[in-house]
Amino acid sequence: MRTRPRLYVSYSSEMALLPTWTQKIAALAFLAFLVIVPFGVIPGLGFLSDNDWLKLLSRVAIFAIGALGLHILSGLAGQVSLGQAFFVGIGAYTAAVLGGEVGKSTWGLGLPIWIWLPAAGIVAALVGALIAPTAVRVRGIYLAIVTLGLVFFGEWIFRSTPFITGGAQAGREFPSLQFRFWKEEVPFLDFTTDGSWFGISVTSEAKTYLLLLIFVIMAVIITKNIQRTRTGRAFMAIRDRDIAAEVMGVAEAKNKLIAFALSSGFAGLTGAILGAFVGRLVPEGFSLFMSIQFVAILLIGGIGTVSGALLGSAFVILLPRIVQDFTGFLASVAESGSGFFSWFAGIFVSTGIDDPGIVSTLPGTSPGLNIGQFNLFLYGLLLIGFLIFEPLGLYGIWIRVRNYWKSWPFTY
Amino acid sequence: MTTRRTTLQFDSATEHGDYDHLLEFSDVSLAFKGIKALDGVGFHVDDGELFAIIGPNGAGKTSIFNCLNGLYKPQEGSIRWKDEDILGTRSDRIADLGIARTFQNIELFAHMTVLENITLGRHVRTKTSWWDGALWIGPAKKEELANRAVVEDIIDFLEIARWRKYPVAMLPYGIQKRVELGRALAMEPELLLLDEPVAGMNLEETEDMARFILDIREELGIAMILVEHDMGLVMDIADRVMVIDFGERIAVGPPEEVQNDPNVIKAYLGEEMDL
Repeated sequence: MRTRPRLYVSYSSEMALLPTWTQKIAALAFLAFLVIVPFGVIPGLGFLSDNDWLKLLSRVAIFAIGALGLHILSGLAGQVSLGQAFFVGIGAYTAAVLGGEVGKSTWGLGLPIWIWLPAAGIVAALVGALIAPTAVRVRGIYLAIVTLGLVFFGEWIFRSTPFITGGAQAGREFPSLQFRFWKEEVPFLDFTTDGSWFGISVTSEAKTYLLLLIFVIMAVIITKNIQRTRTGRAFMAIRDRDIAAEVMGVAEAKNKLIAFALSSGFAGLTGAILGAFVGRLVPEGFSLFMSIQFVAILLIGGIGTVSGALLGSAFVILLPRIVQDFTGFLASVAESGSGFFSWFAGIFVSTGIDDPGIVSTLPGTSPGLNIGQFNLFLYGLLLIGFLIFEPLGLYGIWIRVRNYWKSWPFTY
Repeated sequence: MTTRRTTLQFDSATEHGDYDHLLEFSDVSLAFKGIKALDGVGFHVDDGELFAIIGPNGAGKTSIFNCLNGLYKPQEGSIRWKDEDILGTRSDRIADLGIARTFQNIELFAHMTVLENITLGRHVRTKTSWWDGALWIGPAKKEELANRAVVEDIIDFLEIARWRKYPVAMLPYGIQKRVELGRALAMEPELLLLDEPVAGMNLEETEDMARFILDIREELGIAMILVEHDMGLVMDIADRVMVIDFGERIAVGPPEEVQNDPNVIKAYLGEEMDL
């Protein structure tokens, strides 16, 4: 037994992803928590194993992959991009053409997942690399505009190629999360049907969630590794001082191109998985709103950190659901109870045509915003709030809370 | 490379090859839309030499560095590195050849730590690609560990161990200057361009920096070009000095010779007039 177990004795242990035992144990505990979520055995959080919550968590995982991609491009290399939705679309339709079945008017090769999933990433990365030489010539807000153009261009292309995308408002079927060796009838791993693993019955939603969890962990490890090695340092150098980086031997155009390709590749994977997860997507889905969602994930979570990208994904995807549940709760309080709380809830929620309130739980015309509008409103408010008050996002808040408790009861 | 050494030394030790001069800068003229920044300036630097460039503000000293780094492209003249023309070569390729630089106004990567900043200097001495790094296997891991050993030697050499993990933006000015020198050293250069390394420093910091510069010459044998306004420092440590004024070379030679050159005195103190 070493007398000082916390002393670093080699560079490799000090440069590890989780250098301290506290971090190792915390990461392992969190991972164990995520793994047992779908089995509903966590006291107080059993509702997370409901299928609709598991679907939401899976969506968080899917968006986290794309957000990690944007983190490489914007957070590390400092290139603002609004084009993420375009690359998500490229990945989705690559997967659809390679893995999807032939429809009435759509192409599909019906290839297995181990072809269409990597191909979606690679094709999107190649398209990214193709566009990069043009995009790296401009910086800052101008790059944002160029990539914005890309989204509109992409939407137009997707709408006008019905044999690939199924056409506007119709959409097409995507391949499903089934693992086959080739085109045989019965998949050897099927994430679309309920079944049992090691004697425990798991629903298809739980299976999908666990598969996506593995994907996200892989994406996190890859991103973290890039961040701590040569290429990641080059990205950060370009972000902080591009001319100094060049003088230090960092080839600016080449590294920006790598950042673009990596980011697009991650986005492509997101698209392929999103298609497989949802089953049917319309080309209008890959719009500016999706791009802004990715940017919002980074800004709310905390730009420049992997944890920020993950926190932001969870926040941005789960927020609408939480708002919806909370509004429903307030409505029930306002209707049933009496007293101060009920009066307070009544101000917030509109429960009838002649009941004024900020948010309405009724469908159709009634005073107040509907849930969707209120979510958009909240979304914008949060973005502005974070930009002004906490530029490091949720991650920054976490750091402050952690540092407070680290030194508690002293102030510093 | 993984074992610790007592003093800093580079594997690619500078050795004199088969060339006339390490660097030959001849008849270089640089103009920005009619304003001449450099007008036929020429000099050469040999292996292990400490060459200083002095001159009043706006004389073109930093322009010379920017030409060497490939940031500016002179209209006339030639820049030869070991007998090969490097004029018009891209900045990162020039860094690859072995020319490192520090900047007059600190150009560190503000959001990176001291360690990351200095390790970035290893960029030109490492070759693994992003996919090696992404998987943290074999070559990339080995290279990172070797890098770390070199970087730690440099940190020891510059006595900045206690600031190792700080983001550079938080550090005092004098330390930032040292980190910048460390970042340049990490490139294992054969020629080091120092742009006002002691500007704005107090006497103690200046003496520290002078000691580091002399150590770099003695222990590592790296040739240096020093641009500096601190005449005391330049006259004390430089082997040869070049004086420029309004983009023109007005004197070159050993410090004591240049000091007494009438043209230099005229440039710095002005001309005596009969009143």
